Amino acid sequence: MGAYFSGIFSGLWSLFVGMGITFREFFSPTVTVQYPYETLKMTARYRGHIELIADEEGKPNCVVCGMCEKACPSSCITLAGEKPEGAKKKVLTGYHLDFTKCSLCGSCVESCNFNAIEFSREYNLASTRKEDFHFDLLQRLKDRNS
Amino acid sequence: MSAPIRIRPDETFTLNVGPQHPATHGVLRVKMEMDGEYIVNAETVIGYIHRMHEKMGELKTYPQFLMNLSRMDYLGALGYSHGHVLLIEKAAGIEVPERAEYIRAITVELNRIASHLFWFGAFVMDLGGFSPLMYALQDREYILDMLEAVTGSRLTYSYYRFGGLYNDVDDDFIAAARRFIPRMRTSMKKYHKLVTGNIIFKKRLEGIAPLSPEIIRKYGATGAVARGSGINFDVRKNEPYSVYPEFDFDIPVFHECDSLARYKVRMAEIEQSLRIIEQGLDKLPGGPIMPEKKKPIKIAPGDYYQAVETARGSFGIRLVSDGGKTPYRLKLRSPTYSNMHLFDESCRGMLIMDALAFMGSLDLVIPEIDR
Repeated sequence: MGAYFSGIFSGLWSLFVGMGITFREFFSPTVTVQYPYETLKMTARYRGHIELIADEEGKPNCVVCGMCEKACPSSCITLAGEKPEGAKKKVLTGYHLDFTKCSLCGSCVESCNFNAIEFSREYNLASTRKEDFHFDLLQRLKDRNS
Repeated sequence: MSAPIRIRPDETFTLNVGPQHPATHGVLRVKMEMDGEYIVNAETVIGYIHRMHEKMGELKTYPQFLMNLSRMDYLGALGYSHGHVLLIEKAAGIEVPERAEYIRAITVELNRIASHLFWFGAFVMDLGGFSPLMYALQDREYILDMLEAVTGSRLTYSYYRFGGLYNDVDDDFIAAARRFIPRMRTSMKKYHKLVTGNIIFKKRLEGIAPLSPEIIRKYGATGAVARGSGINFDVRKNEPYSVYPEFDFDIPVFHECDSLARYKVRMAEIEQSLRIIEQGLDKLPGGPIMPEKKKPIKIAPGDYYQAVETARGSFGIRLVSDGGKTPYRLKLRSPTYSNMHLFDESCRGMLIMDALAFMGSLDLVIPEIDR
């Protein structure tokens, strides 16, 4: 009989202790960000998909050395370049990123010795079509410049 | 009109839990032979999320395989990366700057707390308590924010490099980590009051699913599962690596062998990890985070092994090299693979609700089992 009542009492006590803690949470400050109405700024080191860096004239820094292409574990990057008559360096004619295969490891950015690629801060990337994730980075750079 | 169904008293039925079931926390399938609510026999079936990480290890060059390790255990990714870089550094004879090793230890411990917090929330939710999950995730969020600012990613960090780190930590990180420690200690008191002392919680776990030290040894279980059964084994103490010998911390061991003991081990581990982080921040030396000269990875033919203590147990990685650009064989010994296989034998005769609580106490992460 005594065990019966002490069982009820300890159960009720346990309930009140728990309720007390959850009740206190009502008065703790709200920390939830109401996405998509509010958004946070991405951190400086956030790894989004890659983007080409341009020099002062708006031309890409890339010299088509192919280091990023080699470093990529999933072969996402395809480069195209040509050497115009009389020029010393190669000129980038196409930088294709297959973002469907990219896992954002950052090997490409790390392997680049010419400060030619960086991470973007983009994260709102949703689409129902696969083709939307095949990025022509050169075209994107031109669009940004214009 | 059909005849009424008659069940023979000795008849059992098969219950399929998973592969898509909230209680298994991933694509794990458990085929249970049931007698009413009691389990007669159970069989865990894996293979639904196999991604051939070991094969990828053979095909990719050493640096290219780095990011795969963060994708095995998505809750405690840094511990796995740590094992991989330590192995390659050992095999290739790369010196790691002291600062890098300290930052590795601090971030691994932060990640361990994050992993345990998520487990804590999910485990209590398995038992029917919802609010602790929200509180645990809020605390975990502070860690994820800290790690995101440093590594650039929230879960799949791929932060360590052979010989050092990808990025150095800044003052903001150190300040945030220092702020986090007292906050987490206050939260731990709250969790103990809210959950550990709760009568329903205790009655669901106390004496349930006892795992004898013999069965632990038989299946090679490690981590909190082994330490909840009185086996004092932690790779950080038993086979010290990195800068762990410099830290003063204890290995929590409980001898009750039940689900509650495994819970207590993990909760005590959070407190010990906080101690390590505190000491790491105090001792953090200056200097570089990468060796000055970056050399291409060249590994002499041979057999190499490195074990580390991750949030789930002892993770081992074995490399057989033939001197080439890629490994000849790369074996990943995942701790939960061994921990999970206990389940088949131990859950016989258990009520299904107890078995699900038991499964929660094993802290299974399916992509890590199925690597």
